Amino acid sequence: MDDFTWGMVQIVGVHTILGLSAYVILLTGQVSMAQAGFVAIGAYVAGMLTVLAEWHIIPAMVTGGLAASVLACIVGFPALRIRGLMLVVATIAFGEFVRLFWFNFDYRIAKGDIVVGPEGGEGFKQIRFFPENGWTTQDVAVFVWVVAAIILATLWWMDRSRAGKVLRAVGEDEMAAQSVGINLTVVKVAAFTAGGFIAGIAGAIYAHYTTHIEHLNFDILMATFAIAYPILGGLANVWGTLFAAFFIQVIVIEVLRDLGDVRNLMFGALIILVMNFLPHGLFSAKVVRKLKEWMGIGKMSDA
Amino acid sequence: MLEVARLSKHFGGVRAVDELDFRVEAGEIFGLIGPNGSGKSTTVNMIAGIFAPTAGEIIFDGVDITEAPPHITLHAGIARTFQNIRLFNNMTVWENLWVAQNSAKQKRTGNPMARWMGGSRRAAAAVEEFLEFSNLAHKRDELAGNLAFGEQRRLEVARSLAAEPKFLLLDEPAAGMNLEEVKELDERLRVLRDRGVTILLVEHVMELVMEVTDRIAVLNFGRKIAEGTPSEVQQNQAVMDAYLGAGEGGSDA
Repeated sequence: MDDFTWGMVQIVGVHTILGLSAYVILLTGQVSMAQAGFVAIGAYVAGMLTVLAEWHIIPAMVTGGLAASVLACIVGFPALRIRGLMLVVATIAFGEFVRLFWFNFDYRIAKGDIVVGPEGGEGFKQIRFFPENGWTTQDVAVFVWVVAAIILATLWWMDRSRAGKVLRAVGEDEMAAQSVGINLTVVKVAAFTAGGFIAGIAGAIYAHYTTHIEHLNFDILMATFAIAYPILGGLANVWGTLFAAFFIQVIVIEVLRDLGDVRNLMFGALIILVMNFLPHGLFSAKVVRKLKEWMGIGKMSDA
Repeated sequence: MLEVARLSKHFGGVRAVDELDFRVEAGEIFGLIGPNGSGKSTTVNMIAGIFAPTAGEIIFDGVDITEAPPHITLHAGIARTFQNIRLFNNMTVWENLWVAQNSAKQKRTGNPMARWMGGSRRAAAAVEEFLEFSNLAHKRDELAGNLAFGEQRRLEVARSLAAEPKFLLLDEPAAGMNLEEVKELDERLRVLRDRGVTILLVEHVMELVMEVTDRIAVLNFGRKIAEGTPSEVQQNQAVMDAYLGAGEGGSDA
């Protein structure tokens, strides 16, 4: 495979992680448009750690994730009081707040004969951990997918455990969930915190493979992508999100590249169609059951 | 066991529940009846912690739960069902019970690690028991949303039992059931009482209320107009007036 293909592999991997960050929150019935903001925090924090403090990518990535999760936890509390459209509006506002923070954030130091660090509206250039350490595009793609696989496996396991059932119960019916003893505050804030952490990880990787980030990378379009994957793929399990990230990034964005801006139109139309005709996504719980029966795979309560 | 004192709930100018007093003794089935809009569901929702009362207090087992949110009242030992069934529709029957069962176990042991130390197996065994009790074992892998109406009612009761409550709030469990299903429900409620679960039954289906309850309180326009055994209540003039529509304001019962 050539570098372009490996580049695609990286993009699909990062977008899968991005989609999973929204998936966790969406399980509890909350639509978060703040994911791009969490990605930005992970991207800038991890970038500064590898560039300015010369950390290794892995601790930098985890720290970026933790920084984003702290912010997400803080966002989770006011989000408890609002739901539906108002939550969408509030989380968009938060995302924009974070974007504009980085737009105004300037912290550079001299390193050798060049000056490095985030430079406000000019962006954050020279995030060169991968090239400096001799990682090829292929190495990076493998790294992205190892991280994506760990997150996929963790969430898949969580889905089958009690924690997953609790998140789903809250997403299905908050009042019923409370009445079986679930503390809504804990569950919703935990979902936001986990979603923030995963988004931060996606941001850390994104910053390093593009080597140059700026505030405009983390706009509403990225937030829309994040929430679109689990909406399109359905919430039955993590594979729907993986499939949707692949479908959007490879089929809609890359294969149909010749169509230009029409692709954005198609992306929007696709979301509208799915939300109207398949409100539980392409792979809803019902569809997944049918698929499993059809393929003769075990029953769901075997967990 | 449950004591409700001067309990009131006002929605704007409407007094949905007004200075309501009653006591439910441990081990009895207590009926709460009244025409539509008389404040029965509002009362249930206040006890369960969904609504905060405007005034008054709710004491359960000597503990003031007036302001307690739903998950706290559940952990205190009060489980409930809803008038319009609220299941986790995209989860299986088994998962519906599993979620409720686990919350109870975790709370009782006070140890969040309990389920990794053998608690999980015990919880699964308990879920089986509730499946059997509700005659839903053959539907365990069905999505709750795909069940027939009567099965959904049974599942909701089973889910409330899965939390292993001392006290059960049933909000019109017989609504929409045929006579045979009502008989089954009657039997189940008696079994539960014999197992030591105290029950507050809100119900319109008189065949059930008059058969199964030990005592009944009758509400009309948010106030209690009568209380006593089923036969006492049936002969009460105020109750007959309320149900025959003699009361002003057009109740539609």
